[in-house]
Amino acid sequence: MQAFSVQAADAVRGKQLYESRCGACHSIDENRAGPAHKGVFGRKAGMAKGFEYSPAVKASKVVWNAKTLDRWLADPEKLIPGQKMGFSVSDAADRADLIEFLRTYNARP
Amino acid sequence: MTKSGDLTRISTINGRRSFLGTATLSAAALALLSGRDVLAASHAGAMKESGDVAILNVALGLEHEGINAYTLGAQSGLLQKPVLDVAVRFQADHKEHRDALAATIRKLGGKPVEEKALAEYAKSLKADTLKNQADVLELAARLELGATNAYLGVLPSFKDAQLAKVAARLAADEVMHWTVLNNALGKPLPAGGMPFGA
Repeated sequence: MQAFSVQAADAVRGKQLYESRCGACHSIDENRAGPAHKGVFGRKAGMAKGFEYSPAVKASKVVWNAKTLDRWLADPEKLIPGQKMGFSVSDAADRADLIEFLRTYNARP
Repeated sequence: MTKSGDLTRISTINGRRSFLGTATLSAAALALLSGRDVLAASHAGAMKESGDVAILNVALGLEHEGINAYTLGAQSGLLQKPVLDVAVRFQADHKEHRDALAATIRKLGGKPVEEKALAEYAKSLKADTLKNQADVLELAARLELGATNAYLGVLPSFKDAQLAKVAARLAADEVMHWTVLNNALGKPLPAGGMPFGA
């Protein structure tokens, strides 16, 4: 038996992180400096209605899921060179909680 | 036409000797900040490609939003003196930031992001939910805190360290605003050190 445990991602903490780190540019329902996140899971990159994306993101074939969101948050420029988000989240646990919050929110009716 | 020709104006207006000492500046930043457009332009291609312009443009978008949020607060009729005077002062700071960022983006060969219509900001910020002075202050404090964390968060992404330094100074302005607003709301200081950017 391995002597470690995998801590489940925490959507409540993810919400707090979302508000403190992402909230300057993003909201769930409205496009601001960044695109709205409602419906982001399963959506192709560059498809939030009414948001003016960089050509790089618009041309990307990325579809947002837990794995691609993790890669994006860790290093946006590495995933989609030429994009315009200069912000990244270095801590894997923080990324997991943020993604869990987005996943949970998007699962709501 | 911007009021401020370059970023050094911020230092001058704040009554401080500029932090932007000539000995430590990169060639591009020195040219930019001293208004030597030709030399700055020679570095513009590389700077633009580096992504610094994109980061500055996102910052400019936040400044546009902040300016319009204060306009919405002032027009709401919910702010009374002396709070209204403080809001006007903070908005003036954001206009300085806006002008400095836009001038810098142009000098680096980029196109500054345009301000949206006030109605668009009213919708995205849910201005129709503001019912009293505390609501306006809560909104302003939230935006100032968000801008602080955004500026701190993009610091590692700047290729030009001098632009990162300017962004850090902008973040300090946002912290000053947030602290005053937080105090006006009667809220305590954050527990512990280093509460911003985390």
